[in-house]
Amino acid sequence: MKRTPLYESHIELGAKMVDFGGWEMPIQYTSIIEEHTATRERAGLFDVSHMGEFEVRGRNAKEVLNQLVTCDLNLLEPDKIVYTFLTNENGGVVDDLLIYMLSDYQFLLVVNASNTEKDYLWLKEKAAQISYETTVINLSDTYGQIAIQGPAAQTILQRLTDFDLSQIRFFHFDMLTICGADTIVSRSGYTGEDGFEIYMPKAHATEIWNALLAAGKEEGIAPVGLGARDTLRFESALPLYGHELSAEITPIEAGLKFFVKFDKCDFPGKEIMQRQVNEGTDRRLVGIELIERGIPRDGYRVEKDGADVGYITSGAYSPTFKKGLAMALLRTDIIEPDGEVDVVIRGNRVKAKLVKLPFYKKKTLKK
Amino acid sequence: MKFTQQHEWVKAEGEIAYMGLSDYAQKALGDIVFVELPRVGDSLIAGQSFGSVESVKAVSELGAPLSGTVTQVNETLEDAPELLNEDPYENWIIQLDISDPGEWDALMDEVAYEEFCKNAH
Repeated sequence: MKRTPLYESHIELGAKMVDFGGWEMPIQYTSIIEEHTATRERAGLFDVSHMGEFEVRGRNAKEVLNQLVTCDLNLLEPDKIVYTFLTNENGGVVDDLLIYMLSDYQFLLVVNASNTEKDYLWLKEKAAQISYETTVINLSDTYGQIAIQGPAAQTILQRLTDFDLSQIRFFHFDMLTICGADTIVSRSGYTGEDGFEIYMPKAHATEIWNALLAAGKEEGIAPVGLGARDTLRFESALPLYGHELSAEITPIEAGLKFFVKFDKCDFPGKEIMQRQVNEGTDRRLVGIELIERGIPRDGYRVEKDGADVGYITSGAYSPTFKKGLAMALLRTDIIEPDGEVDVVIRGNRVKAKLVKLPFYKKKTLKK
Repeated sequence: MKFTQQHEWVKAEGEIAYMGLSDYAQKALGDIVFVELPRVGDSLIAGQSFGSVESVKAVSELGAPLSGTVTQVNETLEDAPELLNEDPYENWIIQLDISDPGEWDALMDEVAYEEFCKNAH
């Protein structure tokens, strides 16, 4: 199994380690609920070094990349990030990713750990079909990545740099020196809280991790494992590849139309997605809240008046709301505000109602 | 006190047995957030599933340690499932009127269970 540069730190902190897509990662240090609450109320520290990083560069890198993603890179500026999708010919999602615009000719792509190899081959092949002048470099083995998230994130990270962090707006980044290392720091994250994602050369990961833990002692910073990372992103209805998104689910079905731009060059699946926007989709992602006791889980079927109408893509006990919530892909024709459905839990029908997404919303710092 | 391979403990007082989750089980599950209890009067067969406990991440079935009839369920757990984390040996889940005392011998004693846990990991 692969290990991140912070593996030893996790063991020292007493983390429970699990296999996550071939990576030996911390699922929790103390308790998922405690780590979840620490992030919502104070600050959480996440090792996300397993994520994949590519650089796409070349004289026409922007034009090439723009033909493979759903955003319009012509609207992006240096120091800005965009959340977007690599799509297939059917409009299904190869992966969801962040693109950091380093310059007009240089882009940093951050992809899901479990998709890194697939994405790299996909990008290399597609880019080569368009132009031989654009290269895709897999830098995943050279970067460490740490996220600091929560209301105290800025206060804590500020102690490690002279640069005024309030200058970095939401979904923007800057190159900063932290603990003597050259890093990329963006105001972004996967928790629904304010916070930063920090990319550093692998060799500096441990030093920065320890410095952040020490700097945030007063605020009560907690290391957070993948368990709470999932409940945090889930409450904020941030999609997870393999759940809300997949090769068989389009961004339009997943309710992410905002991230698909049609007033741009062609990209895989554009026509299909345009049609879905115009004519509607047969199924759509909705929020579900159980009325009766129970916890909805991934894959559970959903019924309406005894007929199967879809399934749960992510379901969990919500530590913030203290009840069972779920996102589900349901037949559009049965979706109505406050509509009632049944979730089938181990053969029993449990009453639930449709609710708006996200379950949890907090204003991120915008200027 | 005796233990099952599903990491449950059983304590018997005459014909009446109490069962709960072992410390090993609650640690492995993490934060327990939901308990699905049987009904009083349900008859259980040793080894068969009769309910479940769920943590934030996982669902774990509860298996009957012994055959018998459910005489009480610990309803406090419906509102405070975290008690199973806080004090697993004080908070029993169900009380059983056991029908076959011979089954008791098939369960592990503390020493055997400790060994079982060591090998489980």
